[in-house]
Amino acid sequence: MRYLPITAEDRAHMLSAVGASDIDDLFVDVPASVRLSAPVDLPAHQGEIAVERALAALAAKNRPAGAGPSFCGAGAYRHHVPASVDHIIQRSEFLTSYTPYQPEIAQGTLQALFEFQTQVAALTGMEVANASLYDGSTACGEAVLMAARVTRRAKAVLSGGLHPHYAAAVQTLARGPGIAIQQMPAAIDAEAAVLEAIDADTACVVVQTPNVFGQATDVSAIAEACRAKGVLLIVTVTEVVSLGLLKSPGEMGADIVVAEGQSIGNALNFGGPYVGLFAAREKLLRQMPGRMCGETVDADGQRGFVLTLSTREQHIRREKATSNICTNSGLCALAFTIHMSLLGETGLRRLALLNHQIARTLKDALAAIPGVEIPTTRYFNEFAVRLPAPAAPVVETLAGKGVLAGVPFSRLAPDAGLDDLLIVSATELTTLDDIAAFAAALTEVLA
Amino acid sequence: MRFTKDHEWIELDGDIATVGITAYAAEHLGDVVFVETPEIGKSVKAGDPLAVVESVKAASDVYSPVDGVVVEAQPGLSDHPEAVNQDPEGEAWFAKLKVADPAQVEALMDRDAYQAFLDTL
Amino acid sequence: MNMQTVGRPTRPETTAATAPPTGAQGLLQAEPLIFELGNWDKTGVDLPEPDAGAADDLGDLVRTAPIGLPGLSEPEGVRHYVRLSQRNHAIDLALYPLGSCTMKHNPRLNEKLARLPGFADLHPLQPQSTVQGALELMDQLTHWLKTLTGMAAVALPPKAGAHGELCGLLAIHAAHAAKGEGHRTKVLVPSSAHGTNPATAAFVGYAVEEIAQGPDGRVDLADLAAKLDPANGGGDVAALMLTNPNTCGLFERDILEIARLTHEAGAYFYCDGANFNAIVGKVRPGDLGVDAMHINLHKTFSTPHGGGGPGAGPVVLSEALAPFAPQPWVVKDAAGWRLEEHAVGEAAQGFGRLSAFHGQMGMFVRAYAYMLSHGADGLRQVAEDAVLNANYIKARLQDLMTPAFPEGPCMHEALFSDAWLDDTGLTTLDFAKAMIDAGFHPMTMYFPLVVRGAMLIEPTETESRAELDRFCDAVRGLAIEALSAREDEAARERFKAAPVKAPLRRLDETLAARKPRLKWTEPA
Repeated sequence: MRYLPITAEDRAHMLSAVGASDIDDLFVDVPASVRLSAPVDLPAHQGEIAVERALAALAAKNRPAGAGPSFCGAGAYRHHVPASVDHIIQRSEFLTSYTPYQPEIAQGTLQALFEFQTQVAALTGMEVANASLYDGSTACGEAVLMAARVTRRAKAVLSGGLHPHYAAAVQTLARGPGIAIQQMPAAIDAEAAVLEAIDADTACVVVQTPNVFGQATDVSAIAEACRAKGVLLIVTVTEVVSLGLLKSPGEMGADIVVAEGQSIGNALNFGGPYVGLFAAREKLLRQMPGRMCGETVDADGQRGFVLTLSTREQHIRREKATSNICTNSGLCALAFTIHMSLLGETGLRRLALLNHQIARTLKDALAAIPGVEIPTTRYFNEFAVRLPAPAAPVVETLAGKGVLAGVPFSRLAPDAGLDDLLIVSATELTTLDDIAAFAAALTEVLA
Repeated sequence: MRFTKDHEWIELDGDIATVGITAYAAEHLGDVVFVETPEIGKSVKAGDPLAVVESVKAASDVYSPVDGVVVEAQPGLSDHPEAVNQDPEGEAWFAKLKVADPAQVEALMDRDAYQAFLDTL
Repeated sequence: MNMQTVGRPTRPETTAATAPPTGAQGLLQAEPLIFELGNWDKTGVDLPEPDAGAADDLGDLVRTAPIGLPGLSEPEGVRHYVRLSQRNHAIDLALYPLGSCTMKHNPRLNEKLARLPGFADLHPLQPQSTVQGALELMDQLTHWLKTLTGMAAVALPPKAGAHGELCGLLAIHAAHAAKGEGHRTKVLVPSSAHGTNPATAAFVGYAVEEIAQGPDGRVDLADLAAKLDPANGGGDVAALMLTNPNTCGLFERDILEIARLTHEAGAYFYCDGANFNAIVGKVRPGDLGVDAMHINLHKTFSTPHGGGGPGAGPVVLSEALAPFAPQPWVVKDAAGWRLEEHAVGEAAQGFGRLSAFHGQMGMFVRAYAYMLSHGADGLRQVAEDAVLNANYIKARLQDLMTPAFPEGPCMHEALFSDAWLDDTGLTTLDFAKAMIDAGFHPMTMYFPLVVRGAMLIEPTETESRAELDRFCDAVRGLAIEALSAREDEAARERFKAAPVKAPLRRLDETLAARKPRLKWTEPA
């Protein structure tokens, strides 16, 4: 078997060296009643040809987003990733290396993480960032828990513009520590409403900009109001490319910023693996979850990097850790770093402008369709569309015509009573032909 | 100055006691990188966790030697944790407690008794 | 205080022993940060020029201040990251003996298949009719995991092992709540457990109580029974969290009794599946009485470690816990495959959603390809070879190093203590750093905590006998040299100075922790 180098001859030699006559002598501690005497009831091993055929057959039953016009967003975005990014992350030394616990032989990983942390801090406008969490939604949950620890208060207010999956993840994570969650009702321009729900026991408010309806908000006023009450402001960003054009959350007064980094360096991958960005004010550093990479020197005075501030983490603090997280999203963070390094500031701004520009064209095309309204007033590359009919069936019909028309809000929140809302996004990969095809198909379906 | 078997020291002045960790502890912990001092007003019983001393790879709880209330925590310690390694029994005190019962302090080991205890380890 | 001492120096002693650093060592280049290389104008991605006024509708929402991100042309970017890669060690270079991590070969077929557009270019919220193949794959993966473990259901969403632990404990919490047993607020965890176990339990709001380990390295059954005794507060126990084989590399012989006691006390049995590689295809956790177990796809099922992630930690669940699994899950009905994202009625007992979307699909594709490649017969051989390889290493090293539990075979990993280094003045850390100069990544050090100066070696099944012998020969040579340090001061110095052949020497972790510098800043 191609992945198993031990031969029968090896086995005989090694069993002898170990003083066993049969491999099952080494399983002597397993109670006899539970030892399987034969392989389980699953197919036997297969060569590459057969495996490739099987997986290709499954892949062929899916319609790749890029196979036609595609406008799905709502937390995951189809962007162009330069060819060299995926090539570099597949290098053995990056792909098959472990967590950098032995820093002398892991400076590649560690230096890339240091660059990543610097990039994330710069993008979000914050003082310090960690080496990534699993994804934006779990990062959001961790931020709420952190705010509760810092303020010693037990309530969090979630804006009605927060992605429903993110809100659900926060709800789940908050249960253990007993943090009460107040979920504001879904609304296009929802962020400022969080202030109404603040009381003496509020640890934090969570807003999203651009929010799930694409609405971009200047949260500076919210930040000021929060600060006056000792409430932490957590700003969520699901489309990280927006930070190339819009004012950063840090600039607007955020205390913690959480973001989904998937748009940079990472394919859609049907929802994972993604990469959670987490950044905060320096004074909150010791309450931050996740791995962190720091600069130091070696015995010869050479600059180097190490994982640091580990005493926050599970392997040391165990039940008193700031989180239970062990892994970060290493390879995805590396892809992010490489892509961002190739883009640079100039490239990122250009990319962001292109995204916004094409979204404006899309908006104009859709707004011209009879019966269609665009309730989102300020947006980056995504906005809500109000249809004269429930959105989900329209999306199904359009899929049958080869157009992936976006995400019906009812898919995310079936009980919100906003079934007529469709979330559509456009990126630098969206062409004018795509937009024309979408508009034509939608016109036809609504007629 | 009195000592506990857990390597804390305590020095009483009136009804205010100053607490820190001993030179033995500081040496065995290795380089101290951070100290988490207690909150003012925190009420503790003997044996309750009072502070946390962090070295690179470990976090060690420091226990209160006596019952009392925290009235002061050393402010500069977080910025200069190396003080714990340099002068653990002097400059690097962690907290001052208003003690409920000064006799509790008297009951602890004195320097000679502590040294004898160390010799058994 | 409860002194946590680990006896290892965190600040390297600077010696003048080695050659002064010049930056370049032969072909290994010193590589600055991108912030020292690139500039604000350069970009390595050609994009069309946006129209003038493209953002004039956004007014003062537009970011005007510089962001602080340099760019590089493609040749510079590629060179920068390839140079960085050369400063990393990896599985593809040598046996990576990290105990508890399962550093097996990462098949490249899996990388190729995960990148098929039919998997990689799928948006998670596309209409479900357009992703039937993806959902079918998730269902097939579920089938394989259920069959291999003998369990009733699988929760696919968790994004890592620790996330899986969270999932399992949340399901247990929900199950107790549904039965009116919400007063159960304690979780029992052995002293040898991985830190994620108590951290996760605390995260869910449970109090953690430790159970003792016996001299044979296994759970102290009497202590467990005592802590589960209702007269002793055992009625407050929600769950036992156990790793099997345990973190000492040993199979818990009394596992059936452990499960029985746990269930009798009304608690659930959570198994940390980190060591599943030792028993896959040979034993089914379901047969052991396990109620929930996370499986690290990046350990047993070969998805790449990627320098620290991403992982995936699906959780297999018993009949009792299956109803409490988080959304979404895959169902099949007359219309085809479907993701159940908003269950109602009976089906709505799940504890909620763990994260956005449906799990680490990229890792599912890789793990499924791995399973198809190995098949039931291959997977059984994986466990056998993994256990054989570890025992072989133990046999080849045990005359020089101190096995922590010499009696009987180990499973997929061999555990040594630092007792054999007594009087040499050397620590586990010193020995580990010297292994680097001998061409090997060190084994896991100082874990599990229950063994002094622990050295945990897990070769996995993808090591050839030649590589195992090469490893053992190198370690034996080092061990002999380490023992000579009892009399030979120069030998001791060599260990203390190690590594000297790596891209960097020992790093000052104290400085990094005392004066955290977590990002590049413009020099003053």
